[in-house]
Amino acid sequence: MIVTETTSFQEHFERIGQTESAGWPDWVTELQAAGQRRFSQVGFPTTKAEDWRFTNVSAIAKHSFAIATAAGDARLATELAGQATLDDQAVRLVFVNGQFAADLSDTATLPVGLTVRNLANDLDADDSIATGRLGRQAAVERSPFTALNTALFRDGVVVQVADGATIEPLVQLIFVTTGGETAVASSARNLVALGRESRLRLVETHVGAPGETYLANHVTEIELGDNAVLDHHKLQGDSIAAFHIASTHVSQAASSVYRNHYFAFGASLSRNEILCYHGGEDVETVLNGLYLVSGTQLADCRTRIDHAMPNCRSYEMYKGILDNQARGVFNGKIHVHPDAQKTDAKQSNQALLLSDDAVIDTKPELEIYADDVRCTHGATVGELDDRALFYLRSRGIPESLARKILIFAFANDVVQGVKVAPLKKHLESILLADHGLPNV
Amino acid sequence: MLEIKNLSARSEDTEILKGINLSVKAGEVHAIMGPNGSGKSTLAHVLAGREDYEVTSGEVTYEGQDLLAMEIEERAAEGVFLAYQYPVEIPGVSNKYFLKAAINSIRKYQKQPLIKTSEFLDLLKSNLAKLGMDKEMMERSVNEGFSGGEKKRNEILQMAMLQPKLALLDETDSGLDIDALKIVAEGVNALRSPERAIVVVTHYQRLLDYIVPDFVHVLSGGKIVRSGDRTLALELESQGYAFLEAETASA
Ligand SMILES: Nc1ncnc2c1ncn2[C@@H]1O[C@H](COP(=O)(O)OP(=O)(O)OP(=O)(O)O)[C@@H](O)[C@H]1O
Ligand SMILES: [Mg+2]
Repeated sequence: MIVTETTSFQEHFERIGQTESAGWPDWVTELQAAGQRRFSQVGFPTTKAEDWRFTNVSAIAKHSFAIATAAGDARLATELAGQATLDDQAVRLVFVNGQFAADLSDTATLPVGLTVRNLANDLDADDSIATGRLGRQAAVERSPFTALNTALFRDGVVVQVADGATIEPLVQLIFVTTGGETAVASSARNLVALGRESRLRLVETHVGAPGETYLANHVTEIELGDNAVLDHHKLQGDSIAAFHIASTHVSQAASSVYRNHYFAFGASLSRNEILCYHGGEDVETVLNGLYLVSGTQLADCRTRIDHAMPNCRSYEMYKGILDNQARGVFNGKIHVHPDAQKTDAKQSNQALLLSDDAVIDTKPELEIYADDVRCTHGATVGELDDRALFYLRSRGIPESLARKILIFAFANDVVQGVKVAPLKKHLESILLADHGLPNV
Repeated sequence: MLEIKNLSARSEDTEILKGINLSVKAGEVHAIMGPNGSGKSTLAHVLAGREDYEVTSGEVTYEGQDLLAMEIEERAAEGVFLAYQYPVEIPGVSNKYFLKAAINSIRKYQKQPLIKTSEFLDLLKSNLAKLGMDKEMMERSVNEGFSGGEKKRNEILQMAMLQPKLALLDETDSGLDIDALKIVAEGVNALRSPERAIVVVTHYQRLLDYIVPDFVHVLSGGKIVRSGDRTLALELESQGYAFLEAETASA
């Protein structure tokens, strides 16, 4: 057996004995205990595990984290949440160290058909939305981090949209992590459920105290009813010294549409997994991603789409820009089940390496068990196009500007895929700040 | 304006240019013709500063300066313009942004005030109209999805916007329909002036009916093997390059 260092979490578990669960129902206590058992058994993964071959989490395993219970630096948290706020009209829920911060949130006026709660409240409520849903998709056996999140969560968000409701305002979830003096582990557990024929636009923003080391380990479960449409955006702008691990599990009923736009700029190590399961026909899944890393950052992006039913579509485009000694990992699994005839799956993943020391490990995995399907995938890894660079320069544009233009252009089509105007503007400004395209 | 002396260049280990001599004065129009693969585009690229080619000997003086010592963007800012035989597609960069970036980069280099947006848009509009181009094309990415002829027109649009001193046109006529050929030729003729020079690379007399050259050169096997006035082009049109072989054989 491989011995892994889990001291800090192990000690925590031993100290509290049976996970106390704030008077939550038995099923939650059992779920958390299962998470704890699982994590105690397997510990942190090592690079010997196939799924973790390119992503070495020993830095997390070696580190001690305090289990975040309350807000760290309240003033800083307020400031960070303010900066992350995209739209005054949005319904906004802020979580500090994984716990709901009512005073920083804005849920005063909710449109008809939208219910938002923090998980701790929901689990106490008579009409709990999470009951019967939480843990249904994110099995503790799937990943040690899912087990750890399951053992440790104390809060998170619960969003429900009623059948037939189209929610006009944006819903923004802001996750702030700041431990002040201590490195904290924050574990939010989120649930989003859209009823039949409903529509929602969701933005998840992750930020943290600049320069702080912490572990953000979040799990989100999403259920889409028949014909539901969810536009889900995630911006990972965590502290450059932080660890960000997250998985999003999506189950899609017939004719539903799930679009995920993932943008990763922060964290020393980040791993974002999206797992979509098609539970009905005529489902559409769109997964777009952009990661921009430099220094010694590592960004690991994984997606898995289970085409379990016929006549479904999935379109996936991931792009990475890697500078210095940064590393990228992309793993895109498309599993076409035997019944999933007429599947249309496209996947493309492109990486731009700006330095000789930057590395990308990319692995598309197509497992196709049906015969009448169309699946394409393409991966390109490259430097800036010399011919394009020459063309720009031969029109008088200095090399440094020509490079910026081409980097911006490479990233820009993922940004342009975002239809939420304030988010698009925000992303453009990040792109402009980092890879500045001057006003000419 | 441009003085090329004994210029030789190679790509990896193939010699492509083998001692080119050419002198272009302000106000002149030169045509370079020659068989496929003779080195015409290579010559144009070497002048524009393409780093894929290694200059093995010779020198190029442009306006009294050592052209080969200048950066690519410096050459452009000093007024050298190459209209490409195969213009490059640049997804994600709009034509409009690209043109404005080019104009202002050159203005910066020349220490001139930057162009105002309104002035830029007016200039763009009038040039688009002259070249019969749709202004919607300017919102599209540079050359992306453009037809062969549209790409060529776009090259001429860039030239019209940048107003170079020395324009090198590499087979700008190929891929153009007859009407487009006239429009493009008018665009080139509009640039003709006593301070400017134009070098056109072409395979066909047709273009030279519109852009009448002062000199015609034949490039073959990396050398200029014959030079003459415009009647040389007419001769080539009727007889092809057979005489080259005859001359080589008799030599
Ligand atoms: N980058 C390169 N690497 C290797 N060979 C090259 C390169 N560029 C040009 N060549 C070769 O050099 C020769 C001259 O090419 P060039 O494109 O200059 O010809 P050209 O006269 O413009 O021909 P055309 O009339 O067909 O446009 C050709 O044999 C070509 O294959
Ligand atoms: Mg050529």
